[in-house]
Amino acid sequence: MSKYVVTHNSAECIGCKACEVQCRSLHNGGAGAFFCRILTVEQSEPRPSLGFVYTSCFHCENPWCVKACPTGAMRRREDGIVYVEKKFCVGCKACITACPWAAPQWNPDTGKVDKCDLCRDRIDQGLRPACVTTCAMSCLGFTVPSEASQERRQHFAEQIQKLRPTTR
Amino acid sequence: MNGNQLTHSICGMCSARCPITVETCNDTVKMIYGNMHSPLKGALCARGVAGKALLEDNERPQSPLIRQGERGEGKWRAVSWDEALDYVAQKITEAQNKYGKQTVLWSDREGPFADLSRGFMRGLGSPNVCSHSPSCDLNTHHACKAVLGLGRGMTVYDFANAKHLVLQTRNIFEAINLGEARTVMQALRKGCKLTVIDIRQSITSSKADTFHIIRPGTDYAFNLAVINTLISENLYNKEYVRAHTTGFDALAAFVAPYTAEWAAQECGVEARAITDLARALAAAAPQVIWHPGWMSSRYADSFQVGRTALVITALLGGTGTKGGIVPGRTPKDCGKPGLKKFVDLYPAVKLPRADGLGADNKAFDPGKGLLHKAFEAINNPPEGVPPVKVYMAWRHDPLQGFPDPDALKKKLDGLDLLVSATFSWSDTAWYADVVLPMSTYLERESIIAGKNGLKPQFFVRRRAVQPRYNTRADWEIISGLSRRLGLDDLAFDSPEAVWSFQLEGTGLTIEDFDAKGFIPLTDDALYIDPATYAFPTGSGKVELSSESFGKGFAESMGVSMLPPYVSPQSPPEGTFRITFGRVAVHTQGHTVNNPLLYEQVPENTVWINTDSAKKAGLKPGDRVRVLDARGGNMGEAGIKITSLIHPEAIFVVHGFGHDLPCESLAVDKGIADNKCLKGGLDLQDQGGGGLSLQEHFVSLEKVG
Repeated sequence: MSKYVVTHNSAECIGCKACEVQCRSLHNGGAGAFFCRILTVEQSEPRPSLGFVYTSCFHCENPWCVKACPTGAMRRREDGIVYVEKKFCVGCKACITACPWAAPQWNPDTGKVDKCDLCRDRIDQGLRPACVTTCAMSCLGFTVPSEASQERRQHFAEQIQKLRPTTR
Repeated sequence: MNGNQLTHSICGMCSARCPITVETCNDTVKMIYGNMHSPLKGALCARGVAGKALLEDNERPQSPLIRQGERGEGKWRAVSWDEALDYVAQKITEAQNKYGKQTVLWSDREGPFADLSRGFMRGLGSPNVCSHSPSCDLNTHHACKAVLGLGRGMTVYDFANAKHLVLQTRNIFEAINLGEARTVMQALRKGCKLTVIDIRQSITSSKADTFHIIRPGTDYAFNLAVINTLISENLYNKEYVRAHTTGFDALAAFVAPYTAEWAAQECGVEARAITDLARALAAAAPQVIWHPGWMSSRYADSFQVGRTALVITALLGGTGTKGGIVPGRTPKDCGKPGLKKFVDLYPAVKLPRADGLGADNKAFDPGKGLLHKAFEAINNPPEGVPPVKVYMAWRHDPLQGFPDPDALKKKLDGLDLLVSATFSWSDTAWYADVVLPMSTYLERESIIAGKNGLKPQFFVRRRAVQPRYNTRADWEIISGLSRRLGLDDLAFDSPEAVWSFQLEGTGLTIEDFDAKGFIPLTDDALYIDPATYAFPTGSGKVELSSESFGKGFAESMGVSMLPPYVSPQSPPEGTFRITFGRVAVHTQGHTVNNPLLYEQVPENTVWINTDSAKKAGLKPGDRVRVLDARGGNMGEAGIKITSLIHPEAIFVVHGFGHDLPCESLAVDKGIADNKCLKGGLDLQDQGGGGLSLQEHFVSLEKVG
């Protein structure tokens, strides 16, 4: 299975875009190519709300983009990171079409596709992806699925505990 | 690690000065992030990250320039630093010989690195040092002085321990000071309640437990009614008020008519919104912060909005109390010596000021000054005061930050010399006679700064890479001028010499900053002891009616600390009150031309209420022109139609609508709200000195 997961605590996200801008400053994939993106969802009814959703690549266990790629440019490492070996990319965009979330990004300058590789150079040095390191509110997390699940359950448990009138 | 070099430094993308680490390799910046040794732990905002693009920007001033054509024509001669500094020094000397020492005016955005320039101006013998404050925090600063006796810089919000926080025109999650924003979020996680009062939805309001959209300009009414409720329902802390405050009886008598029912009408909220809030605050007291604002140059009574915010906090016992609003602590309070100061090299200048402070008005802080009044003195100085003929705009762009640039240009035309020291192009630099290009914060070091607060510390900005162009650090420019003007004590040859001057007597060396980039002076947060602490007001107590501050105004000025509420004018038919604010990815105007930030928000958008848009025939996707009160075209932009802005207002993000041809991205994008504020240089809050930038009306015209 894919080893890593990036988690997003949207309740504490302020949509400041530090993650996007850091990603762009490190991996310039060309105009309009955002390997990660914070999407803003705003509603006035039934009550005013403003929320943020972090989107990037899920680094699927069974990545359709890899299957769709005719040249073998789209690859998956043993640890589950899905990345583009750019010299083999011919710019057919089949991966963008195949991905349900259109995660692979088009670089108009090079005519190739590129995408989030979880900053594999950083991970190989024992660091976290740059978007996670830089996240202004530390609401992005870099972890493995089992720990992400445990963390969410712990948070839920604490909320439940707060609502209990007394403890015995 | 990866063999890259790490430089602990200080961000320069806005005035929050966050601690950063710059990773470099072969003099190239690889990555910028929050200093891991600081509470940021890697975190940084988008602007801080985008410093890389500022460094690589080839559209910033690249060498000293002397104007060739008319002011603002954009014809320059690139000159050497020697020629530029010789020229400026000679002009200063000539003007001082002709008009007097005070003819030199200096303005900047203050902050922790201002000591060297303050020393330089003392050395020159001119008292005319002003900050940008009248277009920013001056009302808040004076509100803090008036109630607590402390300036804004020494007024500390103990968010970490607060139980209820009220933010009123303080958009804490979009006008970001990152350490502060993170602390507030941590407090919210721990259960601190957040109430937001604004004229529109913001990201901050989206995180609030309670959010009130009020009629623009009625904050003072809201606050008076909260005070009224606290007193009439006996919700205030009587013991605290008796022991630690003055002026309660006068305050109580004054607020008696301002009931919640009355304010509800005025503000456009239910009376319950006010009484419920007062009761909720009383339940959370004394760990309560009603924030007096940061950028408070908004309405004619914004000083009173900030003043009453502090009064409410005090009535609940939150002033000076952990979890409330507390006095900052200094190195002395940590039992440590402070930095040696450059200002102490020369005696304080006793001459009368161009902005008139110190004469009729002894209340306002001369450390901040009244820059708009000092501009007046270029052509019409106060009696017995020489005119201002030399103006040094130091990392400051009043032609964008102050209202009505056309009127300001006419004033500046009376100068013999206008110098702009800047790392990016600005309207003021473009209008200058001499441009002294400053290195970006990644290419320069700064003097050591002392940060007061709950945990005082010293910190320093280090040079991470060498300058890309023929630019200099601020200390290099001031040293160069000092050398030419006979101020030898300020003519330093190296940053090490600057730093060792400052550290003399502290027992520290600059190498002590290497490990972390800063030196904490205490391990634990330092709170005052309420039993022995004397607030630096006239009475030593929290002054609910600001008696001491009020005495600083000559009687002829007619300034009251308890002024009756005046209802704001509703916009004339077909017009809107123009309001402005921030967005997280830009710092006013100076980041719009940064490619990484430009692509995030390339243009501002006019927010308009759904009903108003319907009335005006505007639909999503339309573009509008904004017309000022005289019908002048202030630029065009797209619109955002939302029910979450008060119908009397339109809103734009400040800093857009550039017209300098040298900024290829920013030019002609969006609306410059400051241009809409005709006559705005004369609209000042009498109690606090801030300019009233939201007392203007505009109309919209559909494009196409």
